[in-house]
Amino acid sequence: MIQWLAEPGLTHFLIVSAILFSLGLMAILTKRNIIMVLMGVELILNSANINFIAFSRFTELSLDGQMIGLFVIIIAAAEAAVALAIALNVYNRFKSINLDDISLMKG
Amino acid sequence: MFTQLSITILLLPLLGFLLMIFFGKRLPRQGDWLSAGIISIAFLSSLYLLITKVGSHSEEVFVTTFSWVLVGSLDIQFGILVDNLTAVMLVVVTLVSTLVHVFSIAYMKDDVRYSRYFAYLGLFSFSMLGIVITDNLLLLYVFWELVGLSSYLLIGHWYEKKSASNAANKAFIVNRVGDFGMFIGIMILFATYSTFTFETIFNSIDAGQLPFESSGWLTAAGILIFCGAVGKSAQFPLHVWLPDAMEGPTPVSALIHAATMVAAGVYMVARVFPMLTADALLVIAYIGAITALIAATIAITQYDIKKVLAYSTISQLGYMIMALGVGAYTAGFMHLVTHAAFKAGLFLGSGSVIYAMHKVLHAQDDHHTDAQDIRNMGGLKSKMPITYWTFLIFTLAISGIPFTSGFLSKDEILAGSYAFSTINGHWLLPVIGFFVAGLTAFYMFRLLILTFHGKPSDKSRIDGISESPTVMIIPLMVLASLSLFFFYSFNPFAAADGWFFGAIERPMSMVPQMLQPASNTVFDEALHHVHTPAMILSILFAVAGILMAFTLYKWKKISASTIAEKAGFLYKGALNKWYFDEIYDKVFVGGIHSLMKALRWFDENIIDGIVNGSATVVRGISSISGWIDNNIVDGLVNATAASADRAGTLLSKIQTGKVQTYLVYVVFSFLVLFVLFM
Repeated sequence: MIQWLAEPGLTHFLIVSAILFSLGLMAILTKRNIIMVLMGVELILNSANINFIAFSRFTELSLDGQMIGLFVIIIAAAEAAVALAIALNVYNRFKSINLDDISLMKG
Repeated sequence: MFTQLSITILLLPLLGFLLMIFFGKRLPRQGDWLSAGIISIAFLSSLYLLITKVGSHSEEVFVTTFSWVLVGSLDIQFGILVDNLTAVMLVVVTLVSTLVHVFSIAYMKDDVRYSRYFAYLGLFSFSMLGIVITDNLLLLYVFWELVGLSSYLLIGHWYEKKSASNAANKAFIVNRVGDFGMFIGIMILFATYSTFTFETIFNSIDAGQLPFESSGWLTAAGILIFCGAVGKSAQFPLHVWLPDAMEGPTPVSALIHAATMVAAGVYMVARVFPMLTADALLVIAYIGAITALIAATIAITQYDIKKVLAYSTISQLGYMIMALGVGAYTAGFMHLVTHAAFKAGLFLGSGSVIYAMHKVLHAQDDHHTDAQDIRNMGGLKSKMPITYWTFLIFTLAISGIPFTSGFLSKDEILAGSYAFSTINGHWLLPVIGFFVAGLTAFYMFRLLILTFHGKPSDKSRIDGISESPTVMIIPLMVLASLSLFFFYSFNPFAAADGWFFGAIERPMSMVPQMLQPASNTVFDEALHHVHTPAMILSILFAVAGILMAFTLYKWKKISASTIAEKAGFLYKGALNKWYFDEIYDKVFVGGIHSLMKALRWFDENIIDGIVNGSATVVRGISSISGWIDNNIVDGLVNATAASADRAGTLLSKIQTGKVQTYLVYVVFSFLVLFVLFM
């Protein structure tokens, strides 16, 4: 067990990534605040990034994974900008950023 | 030149008709001068055409054809045929028409439909000229119907009177019977020869081509075409319409029902003469003779001045038809021409008398006395001298007294029928012919004496009578001069010496040798032998008839009523027109009525039963199908809709509108798929 913890490998990274993904998912599903939900999305993106880099380090894929990680960071920045703009508009429209109040599409 | 001129003559009255029908009422004097002027131009052109034709082109026949209808290989021609027959007829028609136009200006004055009357006269003249100049049977038939139409319109001119509109209907319907036969005859010829043109048909018959390869069909075609003439020329048994047609204005009677239209039948038989077989001609001769006899006997007993003239017209038409039947072609056609002049004159003269009577009766405010009944006249001679003298000339002419035109033609007809009987032994024809000649003289002088001589029937009435206006007198004088012999032949005892017999010759028969009537040479030979006795006999019969009339009505040696009583059923029969109208009424009108009743019963019970039955069946079927529709089809549709509705309600529950809920679904689904497939 100690041995396994002392020699970090691919599995360790994947476990961290999975925990991070779960935390992000949790935030998305449970938080009522739009901003919190967006943060959950950021967590999930970063868990994906950890996966890319871990696979890049421990397999034969050389630097491809790290390249895509960089792309993901850039796209995440763009996504955050767009999402915050939407959040701003939602606030203007509903005078609230509570997701429970935004249910116009209810059947 | 002849073609253009004859087309001009044809179209002038049509132009007059169109102008009068559209603008007549707005023209000054309602356009009577326009109509009369146009027809006079047509008359002058016709006269010029006749003189040129007979004078310098007597032997030639001018035919011009235009293609009219072209359907596949069928080419129907519109053709103009100008021979001497046509030229003479053109003059007869336009001359009488012109005089009648002039006469009508005074006679129809103040009529409610004055301009329309002249328009119809123009239409009639156009149609009649069309019959005369056409060279084929189809066009002849078209114009034939057109004269029937204009006759109908003019008989019914005073259609407010029930009797006038009935008479117009009767004339039209009775003519339809004859025209039906004529149409079948034309179609038999067309089926065989694929053409309507006279010349082509005659040439084909001459070449030995017979309808349906049978001489019987050729005879049938001839008799069927003659049926048209039986209708139009009022021959027995279709003569009943002409006396009723006297309901029309008197000038119309003169033009249509004495001089021209009724002569169209005679003209038509003359036109198709070359294709008539001996059998067909015999039928024609006997029909003519029977007609002449029946009409003459009826004429003796009538008291209406126009009715007497109407029956006399029928009788004279019978003469013409008989003449054509026995082969006295030229004589028959000449009688048409001379009769046109003196009979138109008689009608216009009677019109003049009726006009004067009307005026007096109107002045006396007497609306009960019949202005046309000769018993109400008498002694008009001194009051209406010109009418009387012209009437006398016409009466002499129709009676066949020498130095008149009527003598020339009637004498030739009687001689012809006599000659025919010496060849074939049909002695009944000349017997009837001579007897009718005596009857004609008798009833015409009876009419003359009762109208113009003797004691006036009413003193105050006769004082009011005055001579008719000049426009009515002039036509009478023109026609009276045309009733004298020198217009037709300079020898008053021999028509054969005149230009007329030179110009109009009997055409060669085109039918096969064994079916031909006696040839021209045989006939002329026989005619030569009997000519003098026939002439003497005809004069004797005419004089006897005249003497009888004077004895009975002028000198009153014998009472006419005693003779009438003695004659018993003969007199009663003639007085009642031999009951033709009653028989036709019972047999045809009554027959059709009972047929209609039977048909009505059939209609109401059987046809209606079938209709109602099928309606019930359809109702039953439709109520079943309605039930199916309401319950099964609608049920299915409604069930579909209801289930869709329920599914929608159910599924809309999932649709919360909350993003996070959707995401829960996504994650959950992903987990399920993951478990299932990994």
